[in-house]
Amino acid sequence: MIPELGTFSTILALCLALILSVVPMVGAYTGNKLWVDYARPLSKGVFFFLSIAMVCLGYAFLTNDFSVVYVANGSNTALPWFFKISAIWGGHEGSLLLWVWIQAVWTLAVAVKSRNLPLDIIGRVLSVMGMITAAFLLFILFTSSPFDRFLPGYPMEGADLNPLLQDFGLIVHPPTLYMGYVGLSVAFSFAIAALLSGRLDAAWARWSRPWTNVAWAFLTLGIGLGSWWAYYELGWGGWWFWDPVENASLMPWLVATALIHSLAVTEKRGVFKSWTVLLAISAFCLSLLGTFLVRSGVLTSVHAFATDPERGLFILGMLIFVIGGSLLLYAIRAGSVKSESTFSLSSRESLLLVNNILLTVSCAMVLIGTLYPLVMDALNLGKISVGPPYFNALFVPIMSLMIVFMGIAAVSRWKHTEPSYLVKQLWLPAVIAILAGVITSYAYSGVLEFWVTLGLTLAYWIVFSWIRDYFNRARNRDSLWGAVTKQSRSYYGMLLAHLGVAVLVVGVAMVSIFVEHRDARMQAGDQLEFRDYTFIFDGVRKVQGPNYTSDMGRIRVLYKGEPYRIMYPEKRMYTARGMSMTEVALDPGLFRDLYIAMGEELDGGAWAIRLQYKPFVRWLWLGALLMTAGGILSASDKRYRRQNNRAAAAA
Amino acid sequence: MIRSILILCVLSLVVFKSHAGFETYEFTSVEGERRYAQLSRELRCPTCQNQNISDSDAPLAADLRRELHRMIESNQSDDQILDFMITRYGDFVHYRPRMAPETYFLWYGPIALMLIGLGVLLVVAKKRKRKQSATSGHSSVNAQPSLSEGLTEDERKRLQSLLQQDDQK
Repeated sequence: MIPELGTFSTILALCLALILSVVPMVGAYTGNKLWVDYARPLSKGVFFFLSIAMVCLGYAFLTNDFSVVYVANGSNTALPWFFKISAIWGGHEGSLLLWVWIQAVWTLAVAVKSRNLPLDIIGRVLSVMGMITAAFLLFILFTSSPFDRFLPGYPMEGADLNPLLQDFGLIVHPPTLYMGYVGLSVAFSFAIAALLSGRLDAAWARWSRPWTNVAWAFLTLGIGLGSWWAYYELGWGGWWFWDPVENASLMPWLVATALIHSLAVTEKRGVFKSWTVLLAISAFCLSLLGTFLVRSGVLTSVHAFATDPERGLFILGMLIFVIGGSLLLYAIRAGSVKSESTFSLSSRESLLLVNNILLTVSCAMVLIGTLYPLVMDALNLGKISVGPPYFNALFVPIMSLMIVFMGIAAVSRWKHTEPSYLVKQLWLPAVIAILAGVITSYAYSGVLEFWVTLGLTLAYWIVFSWIRDYFNRARNRDSLWGAVTKQSRSYYGMLLAHLGVAVLVVGVAMVSIFVEHRDARMQAGDQLEFRDYTFIFDGVRKVQGPNYTSDMGRIRVLYKGEPYRIMYPEKRMYTARGMSMTEVALDPGLFRDLYIAMGEELDGGAWAIRLQYKPFVRWLWLGALLMTAGGILSASDKRYRRQNNRAAAAA
Repeated sequence: MIRSILILCVLSLVVFKSHAGFETYEFTSVEGERRYAQLSRELRCPTCQNQNISDSDAPLAADLRRELHRMIESNQSDDQILDFMITRYGDFVHYRPRMAPETYFLWYGPIALMLIGLGVLLVVAKKRKRKQSATSGHSSVNAQPSLSEGLTEDERKRLQSLLQQDDQK
């Protein structure tokens, strides 16, 4: 009964979404205020019914309703309750429902939070969001409903959630990432609404900026969480694999990063308007492309797509419709956009354009690298693999170049900046950055490792060029405190996010070059010296978990001969699926992680043990957190709220 | 099995792979150990979803690691080892696609795009500058003429008042 209620609510949500995608749009064209006014209640209705559907699915999981196919495949009576909740998005059907529910959350947020927008714009924006919701709901109802039943004979026990997913990571990573992915649909809808209304102006940029910042912040956090999860869950301590699935989330991130910078120029200077619109469209299309790549099965093999084409074809059709339609609209409308503001080659506008070019080129590079093997295979040109050596060889230089320009942009001015002024401002930060980079790199390792020195120098360069800019701003103020409080939140948000980049760069450089590992065969009583640490293996004992049995190792760690801590790596056997999993033991630290994973049991009671020393690995996620905080802080800037208050006062 | 692989790959945006398999090889030189670490990360396990032979615990990956260790210890060059692997398992086995006519676009495409981007930047900036000299008389009076472009008279007035409020704050 309850699952049917879920299906029913989903259908109702679809009906409302279909009305939402037509009525306010027509109202906006014909000037019918009443029709446009339907947009807000309809958005709330879609959200309401999709929430009911989510609750129904959650209820089916919590009550072990194995007559529902999706629950039977992804849950088990022994599964702890919190994993039952997160199992809602543990598979294809449920994660699509989560996707569309989050889309409804964003639609609701736009409906509630933008009282100050002209009515015709808000009607168009919500309409476009309704179309996206409707398309995904059709996809769910026709090809992947999570409420389908096994009837009449249903299993008494579920197949269990994949052990890899029985983790805190599954609880937080997909919702956060989807918040980012789907949030880009807001920027997309604003762009389409602006194109439709023909009013592509700075006001449009100002409206969509906070939304884009928040979506970008979620996307950053989601990718960071995914990397962190992979690091501790998969058992060998990697944090980025250039896997197509990761690339699918990196591409929208790169374009969204370009977009938030380009929106800044459009809002402040009224230039790059059509380019900004194109970025907003591309960012969301890449989200959809990522969904297509991940869901259709083409990644496993192009032939998997042909054997079960229904889902893949649906997404492909939607992709073609969205990309083709929005680009067509863009081609018709963007030509008429003119901007009369001027700027020279040496100006902040140009530098931000450089940022945009580098980000989009790196995104294109990731796209080419991800799709190339698929295309070659489809054309029967042979099977090749494009992996980390390719991506690193191209991505690292592009990003390094971008950071160099980031420092220059920090002190540059709008319209025109004399190159000699830039030199005067920046020679000192540049010299200090290089010196500091070389000194720290040498002091840390005793050798000058090229990539580490480069990474540290770039990180210092970001920091010192911003300090220079900050001093420029502070000099015009009477007191230091005045300077600190006078800057806007969006300025501090930017500082924080750029500091995040510096921290991230340090983490990447250090952990990539200085990671050390030892693979050892250890018996009870064996010990191993490694860096300043001594690891003593005390043997293994059996432990019984709720839905697994575990061989838990005990390793005493001494730091410079003194007892430091005891670590318990595990090898778990999940009984329902018969899958064995490595549960690593971690000793996290700001400057290094100790990472212990157990391999197989060897003959004679010995175990294969892998010990890793990971310097600065936490800085990767610390950087992502700082960027996230920066994005949120910028979006909370006074000027976005002030326009709300002002509109309220005017009314 | 197929089903569980499918579930794995459709599931989320994180890559799922099983845990690492590893054994403990001894090397006669530090250089050999470094080359082993590098090459075992560049070689792809032919039977796995998307894993290098260093991270994979598939039996074939273990064979390749043994083979790699043997070849390094018998002083074969990187090229010899890669040629051997590619002859045996095809281009698929190497994560760094080799330079060949069919991969020119892969390697040079991004560089070409970068050059195009640079060209666009120069053209755009030049065009803007020309406009500046043509309209220099007005542009200094109104710093943001584009803001009010395309607005009705009513909206223009409202914008003006809003901008003034901004200035006062």
